Amino acid sequence: MEGARTPEHEHAPIDVEVLRKDFPLLARTVHDRPIVYLDSAATALQPRQVLAAMEQYYETTHSNVHRGVYATAEEATRLYELARTDIGRFIGAPDPAREIVFTKNATEALNLVAHSWGRTRLDAGDVVLLTEMEHHANIVPWLMLAEERGVQLRYLPVDDAGRLDLSGLDRALDGVKLVGISAMSNVLGTINPLAEIARAAHAAGALVVADGAQSVPHLPVDVVASEVDFLAFSAHKMFGPTGIGVLWARADLLAEMPPFLGGGGMILDVRTDRFLPADPPQRFEAGTPPIAEAVGLSAAVAYLEGIGMERLREHERDLTAYALGALADRLGDACRVFGPPAGDDRGGVISLAVRDVHPHDLAQVLDQFAVCVRPGHHCAKPLMRRLGVPATARASIGPYNDEHDIDVLIEGLVEAGRLFG
Amino acid sequence: MSDLEELYREIILDHYRSPRNRGELPSPPAHRVEGFNPLCGDEVVVTLEVDGGKLVDIKIGGTGCSISQSSASLMSGAVKGQPLEDVHRLIRTFKSMMSIHEASLGGENGTDDEDREAEAVDLDKLGELAALQGVVKFPVRIKCATLSWNALDQGLRELETAGS
Repeated sequence: MEGARTPEHEHAPIDVEVLRKDFPLLARTVHDRPIVYLDSAATALQPRQVLAAMEQYYETTHSNVHRGVYATAEEATRLYELARTDIGRFIGAPDPAREIVFTKNATEALNLVAHSWGRTRLDAGDVVLLTEMEHHANIVPWLMLAEERGVQLRYLPVDDAGRLDLSGLDRALDGVKLVGISAMSNVLGTINPLAEIARAAHAAGALVVADGAQSVPHLPVDVVASEVDFLAFSAHKMFGPTGIGVLWARADLLAEMPPFLGGGGMILDVRTDRFLPADPPQRFEAGTPPIAEAVGLSAAVAYLEGIGMERLREHERDLTAYALGALADRLGDACRVFGPPAGDDRGGVISLAVRDVHPHDLAQVLDQFAVCVRPGHHCAKPLMRRLGVPATARASIGPYNDEHDIDVLIEGLVEAGRLFG
Repeated sequence: MSDLEELYREIILDHYRSPRNRGELPSPPAHRVEGFNPLCGDEVVVTLEVDGGKLVDIKIGGTGCSISQSSASLMSGAVKGQPLEDVHRLIRTFKSMMSIHEASLGGENGTDDEDREAEAVDLDKLGELAALQGVVKFPVRIKCATLSWNALDQGLRELETAGS
């Protein structure tokens, strides 16, 4: 695979200048300045290897999957199923062919769990334990079940450093059937101790659904080691295309779950008055799936494996430490950074507030510096209330970012402070 | 930086730093309306008192960016003490300043300048509010500028429905 690095480079730091050449969008300018892309937590950029794989698929192979017997249809089916194996290997799934379900995105994957598992396993009075740092995607599907079935929701609190307060975990797990937890916060960058929480949850008889939208693209992830039961994530945040997401689930759980969406491709047999669903994962993949996107996801996995997730994480950990240090040096008290200090439990998501400047205005000024950050509540309004702010400005890094990007960000923040100060 | 300076004119920064008519009128008797911008989480609370066909008092609460806050502050000054007819007219004029430009953002070949002027807005009538016209170059921010106006509009309509 083009872009793959040879094993001897495994422990060398990422050469950002070389890597950046793989990302065509980084070559463009905005307001006559080179773009500084710091919004990978919202969506990451695609390397040309991903774009080329999708284009090649459409140009040479495109057919519907699981249908035709002609050569290209078989090839398309093979590529689609290969994507299942590739992404399964990437997250340490023991049996990808049975455990990987393709969805539209991480949100749909979480909704699948709520609708299919939740509707058959949760009754009035059952408790779902979430955390105060969840994305709306891991709150609203459960709120919908709460309204529909009388399921109760409980939230693990976030402490002042931006970590989960686990001191009351055992008590909080009382009566809980499911724990929903973000593997890495999309606002605070906090990397949560999944295995520790999963062990406690299992001891209390609860299952664990992890939101891996931020962790899978930026950390080495192993579903077996993290001991979770479900993991949801999106391809577009891991340098793949939009339109495809993944639900990984334990095979025995999927086997017991009823279908989510109905239609073609998810059945064994249909009569006028009944249907027989297919086995997982097809049971959960009604209609023509995102085939080209699966091919793109395979290429993204190959690209990330070429870099090596340990190296990628090391790069992002170092750059996060640089950013947090530089923000403190240059802006001091005028800048409040949310989330834990740099370290092993801190990912490259940096939410901040600059004194006297609303995040929306901050992002507007930064745009003039061609710096792409995201202002707003980041689909985490309960967390915003916990932090006591209406919104934050969030800079989030990827393997293609370097210290120069952070320096331009800070230049923009200083200008915004001057304009509004 | 000229677009940015046009957006953040001194008058806007002034109203952001020192908002006028800030707070909440006791309700009742005042009428209270909340507005939300789901994109950024901004909230505005408009409380208003209508008496004898006039908007006799208005206060603005909530949190938001410089554009939403200054727009609300400027609005409160422009409508306070005015006959309801004039308030309605001003709401229409302000919204059309925002929406005409919003529509023209649809394509490079949209309405040409003459057409635009023909249907447009008498900026003189808007007074200080004309300072907000720089917002239209930043389509995402139009919702910030119109947040409080939509709340006021909604509040007046609710009062009319309740009174009729």
